[in-house]
Amino acid sequence: MRHGVARFVTGFLALPVGLYLFYVVWPFLQAAGYSLTDWGGYSDRQQFVGLDNYLRLFSDELIRKAFWHNVFFLITVPLFTIALALFLAFLLNVGGREDKAGIRGVFGSGLYKVIFFFPQVLSLVVIAVMWQQIYRADGQGLINGMLMKIGLVSEDDPITFMYDPEPFLGVPAVLWWLLLIAVWSGAGFYMVLFSAAMQSIPKDVYEAAILDGAGRFHTFFRITLPLLRDTVSVAWVYLGFIALDMYALVFVMTPSQGGPNHASEIFASVLNFTAFQKGQFGYACAMGVALAIFTILLAALQLRITRRERIEY
Amino acid sequence: MSVTPDLDRRTLLRRAAAAGLLVTPAAGLLSACAGSTPSQNDDSAGEKSNDNPFGVQDGSAVKVVIFNGGLGDAWAKEDQAIFNAKYPNVTVNMSSTQKIKTEEQPKMATQPSDVVMNSGADMMDISTLVNEGAIEPLDDLLAAPAWDSEGTVADTLLPGTVGDGTYQGKFFVVNVAYTVWGNWYNSVLFDKEGWTPPKTFDDFFALAPKIKAKGMAPYVYDAVHGYYPRWALMATVWKSAGKQAVIDIDNLKENAWRAEGVLPALEAWEKLVKDKLLLPGKLDHTQSQQAWLDGKAAFIQVGTWLKNEMAATIPPGFEMKISDYWGLGATDKAPNDVYAGAGEGIVVPAKAPNKAAAKEFLRAVLSKAGSAKFAELTKSLASTKGSGDNVQDAALASANELMKNASSDLISIKLWNFYADLDKESQNLSAELMAGRLTAAQFVDKMQAAADKVAQDSSITKQTRDA
Repeated sequence: MRHGVARFVTGFLALPVGLYLFYVVWPFLQAAGYSLTDWGGYSDRQQFVGLDNYLRLFSDELIRKAFWHNVFFLITVPLFTIALALFLAFLLNVGGREDKAGIRGVFGSGLYKVIFFFPQVLSLVVIAVMWQQIYRADGQGLINGMLMKIGLVSEDDPITFMYDPEPFLGVPAVLWWLLLIAVWSGAGFYMVLFSAAMQSIPKDVYEAAILDGAGRFHTFFRITLPLLRDTVSVAWVYLGFIALDMYALVFVMTPSQGGPNHASEIFASVLNFTAFQKGQFGYACAMGVALAIFTILLAALQLRITRRERIEY
Repeated sequence: MSVTPDLDRRTLLRRAAAAGLLVTPAAGLLSACAGSTPSQNDDSAGEKSNDNPFGVQDGSAVKVVIFNGGLGDAWAKEDQAIFNAKYPNVTVNMSSTQKIKTEEQPKMATQPSDVVMNSGADMMDISTLVNEGAIEPLDDLLAAPAWDSEGTVADTLLPGTVGDGTYQGKFFVVNVAYTVWGNWYNSVLFDKEGWTPPKTFDDFFALAPKIKAKGMAPYVYDAVHGYYPRWALMATVWKSAGKQAVIDIDNLKENAWRAEGVLPALEAWEKLVKDKLLLPGKLDHTQSQQAWLDGKAAFIQVGTWLKNEMAATIPPGFEMKISDYWGLGATDKAPNDVYAGAGEGIVVPAKAPNKAAAKEFLRAVLSKAGSAKFAELTKSLASTKGSGDNVQDAALASANELMKNASSDLISIKLWNFYADLDKESQNLSAELMAGRLTAAQFVDKMQAAADKVAQDSSITKQTRDA
């Protein structure tokens, strides 16, 4: 490095790194510190209790339940979101007819891109409030109202959505309904992400494949998907983070924030209850730290598994 | 385009950096960790006198946070006017919100507001506040002379108000609204149909088919917030099993939930659900109240803030009246006890910078003039005597009437104020029972198990009540 450049770069980096350390890293460390105490959150009394809070995590039934609900989202949110986003991106970019201009998307793909991306510009709380009306559990709800009009649902027995803890495939129905919202609101962004990646795949690869008689099915699985591997892997990690959170949806949508009767309890909702209702901030911080460690391990594992050599076109 | 010559890119960056550096230490104060000790303000410098019992200092400021829920916040502005008429040089910074816990909890350990109305779905857990020593005992407020009437502040309060605000032998919470709970009905409709409001579940089950015949659901409830149906369930338990049984439940006594009378009370509710007497669908509090106003259901149970909360959408020709919760009949141990008490609690944080003015403000809230305004504006009784005397309102009058016929004991349940775990569990189970997924017997078993668990948990501070 040329003399002076290092100093120049450091000069520029010092301030942002300093701010980052103070506003981001320091609160993290504080939380880790509190997790070793019995701090209640409303006073300045706290005692050091060592790893007691972490040991308690393992015997806490509610945490175990919340953990499995998070695992459900961890598997389903990325799976369905990526599948849907890939499908849409494929249709919008290379799914249409081929003509003189080469491979293109289905008719009107520009408009569809805007429509599918739209949920991304709304805040999650706005989305939740909107879906409250869609899911409203009487004749005035959007879905219930329509289904009642055409006679598929009886007026005396509306679909109860957020109030339905009955298991479907072993998972409470309320979680599936939440999943639908998460996938709906997330797919648009990843569609755009995948679209961008697909556009960087040279068209002649497709043309060659089509000349050789490959159909849509084969072009997708033999060409598109393998060449998108890096992008999909990154999307998977992002969606994993989102799936481990899910807090805003659960908080706004479900009865008693994690109900009915703990059927939609997730890590974050238990954490919130423990910290703010029960007044056990120390224990709640331990939950947060445990979740953070779990998230980091997961991301590391994910990137490790999917790592391989880059393909140069 | 005109660019100021001295504002080139380099100066801009330099200024931005300087601004960042200035902001950082300020933020450091805000995010100061909870273990640090903030500087203590000496607020008691003012002269104490009978007229100024807490020694409010001229020129100081007091920050008041009001819960803007069913009662609104217009009444608090009247109290502010009353306070400022006496102390024109004390600044009252009043704000109102529905997010009490979200906004106030982070400040409790360091820089809290002076007066916090701790109410609504997003309230700070009272037992936690007391256990953590985060709020100030207000016994001196009770002993202080009343603002504009004879005697002390305590003398002006309605029965139950002091008890409802007392924890571990000290008075912590000033509950400003005196609420009466019960079953609401539209008296115009009932007069027209010749229906009489039931007194017992048997009366109700006899009336229900007639209501159904009119194309109406007999009953609607809030399916979102478990604490709504819980009031009604526990009121029936109290009426059926008696006061002592509920005191035992609150005190976590062994097998308290299996006491005589508890199970039959819950079975009456189970029957109401099983007989399909509920309006189909799952509505929240305002949605269910609106459905009731729209004539979709005959009864709804809620407190006396109802009229104020729904004021904008009450249809013409609708006269809401309250009647007592239903008991089981001849076997009831306390058939005439009414569910009433002081609610909507105001607290003063232990670290409030201006406690003197905070207490003085509360004295103004409890004044005769302030209470009258409260009743007038909210159509609810204040927790001081005689607040509703001059208000002409049928709903308020029916609540007054109900109170006149009540026995001397008021139904009051402490369970959910004592223990956050039991609060959550009882809300969840109440919602499950009303959804028909739980039988009365299962409800009792699960509540007993939850109570036992809390009783055995040494990390939870235990509380007791005698009366």
